[in-house]
Amino acid sequence: MNNMIEIRWHGRGGQGAKTAALLLADAAFVVGKYVQGFPEYGPERMGAPITAYNRISDERCSVHSNIYYPDYVAVVDESLLESVDVSKGLKEEGAIVINSCKEPEELRPMLKGYKGRIYTIDAAGISKAILGKSFPNTPMLAAMVKITGVIEEQAFIDQMQKSYEHKFAHKPQVIDGNMQVLRRSMEEVKG
Amino acid sequence: MAIHERLSGNEAIALCLKQINPDVMCAFPITPSTEIPQYFSNYVSDGLVDTEFVAVESEHSAMSGCIGAEAAGARCVTATSSCGLALMWEMLYVAASMRLPITLACVNRALSGPININNDHSDSMGARDSGWIQIYAENNQEAYDHMCCAMRIGENPEVMLPVMICQDGFITSHAIENIELLEDDVVKKYVGEYKPEQYLLKHENPVAAGPYDIQPYYMEHKYQQAVAMKQSYDVIRKVFKEFGEISGRSYDLIEEYRMEDAETAIVIIGSSAGTAKAAIDEMRSEGRKAGLVKIRVFRPFPAEDIAKALSGCKAVAVMDKADSFNAQTGPVYAETCAALFGKENAPKMINYIYGLGGRDVSTGTIKEVFAALDEIVTTGVTGETYRHIGVRGL
Repeated sequence: MNNMIEIRWHGRGGQGAKTAALLLADAAFVVGKYVQGFPEYGPERMGAPITAYNRISDERCSVHSNIYYPDYVAVVDESLLESVDVSKGLKEEGAIVINSCKEPEELRPMLKGYKGRIYTIDAAGISKAILGKSFPNTPMLAAMVKITGVIEEQAFIDQMQKSYEHKFAHKPQVIDGNMQVLRRSMEEVKG
Repeated sequence: MAIHERLSGNEAIALCLKQINPDVMCAFPITPSTEIPQYFSNYVSDGLVDTEFVAVESEHSAMSGCIGAEAAGARCVTATSSCGLALMWEMLYVAASMRLPITLACVNRALSGPININNDHSDSMGARDSGWIQIYAENNQEAYDHMCCAMRIGENPEVMLPVMICQDGFITSHAIENIELLEDDVVKKYVGEYKPEQYLLKHENPVAAGPYDIQPYYMEHKYQQAVAMKQSYDVIRKVFKEFGEISGRSYDLIEEYRMEDAETAIVIIGSSAGTAKAAIDEMRSEGRKAGLVKIRVFRPFPAEDIAKALSGCKAVAVMDKADSFNAQTGPVYAETCAALFGKENAPKMINYIYGLGGRDVSTGTIKEVFAALDEIVTTGVTGETYRHIGVRGL
């Protein structure tokens, strides 16, 4: 399956890495893709490292294993670079997107010889500036859509608007903020 | 018209149960099946179903509640995993021997110990002799489709046995994937009404349910249970065929994948069959004649179908996601060997215990198995038949 994109998410319990993977699957489904979005469950607790995965393709994928050679990696928490081999198996023609206010090249020494593209996004900063709280998964989701190109950007924005209108039907005041976060994150991801 | 959706395996099962709108659900939560009663209880409180939802205090009570209600004439469902199924053990046998076609969504998880929440088949394989029909899904689609078929199979007058619809915990229960759903009215019409011939609340013909069975009768009742299980082969085939007519998805007791000219093959159950298919595609593109037999229905055991499917193979590996601790084989291997016993030109057979407690099964794992089969074909030496794969240091 040559057109398949495989993504691995690294986060900490409670940051929404699993939710981001499921939202990405959801958005890709809406634009007509075959999707898989699944977390790797262990003894979960707030703050413990967790992994989630996406497979996105034009035909159904029958593989039900973890992803060892991802095309893209998303790191929702910068501190994981010290404890988890986040670029393990990452294809050099792919990319890694890290939630950090640092410049991408500043982080390369932490990536164990990884030679491919590195992007950073100040997900926590953007979220705090617009929503007043750190929800890093929404900016990370937008950055991943931008970098992977798995969904056309406008189609993604339109889909997320609909999805938030449904999800936040009981508190519509948070929709605009989340949409702003998505747009700004797509602009500010750097690499 | 099919409805295109994206759902996890648990969501798919809960949604199917909503479409069926059973009379009673008795359930107690346990990971990874918890979401099924959780989502379903939302449907109940939102008035989308008129099911009586009984939040019991244990799985033993969940099955007991189902037995009582089903005996009274109601269509009952429950869901569980792992130690929850183990706690139902006593009542599983009671449900089957009372010939109550209860439906259980089993989300397969390792039995303790050591305690572990992830997937293997030790829970339902342990219940394999309880008298339940067992149907295993590869993905969310099959979990949904099998659930659509469960009651038509179990409630058939030729069968009248409880049915366990199994899927792999987390691997399919918690993975969002594309799925094709049927409309509510199509499912309702297909599943139909439960109209038992005998039931406790039938006042014009009072019956006793589940009394003490004395020596002059007990064995006749157990024989009838055995006959019902034999009769279920044809009923399951018929129900799957009819399901194909409304859904476009036809199933059989087993699924053969690229077996036409296969020289080596694996026999496997559940989500890893999908991973194995991808591995087989890769090996086929290298010119290797590899194939797969997926066991969809484990109870009744499709011995004839399996023997026929494997008849042209030189070497076969049977994959067991549970160990029997008999120091010889896992359960699927033992029954597959029995199916092939005495057949002419039977293949050389080995057994792998794999994927216990959520140990990941990749295409690489499957290719290792086929490499071992190739070696057996080349050397003609089977060697140790009881093997483990994916264990560090082996």
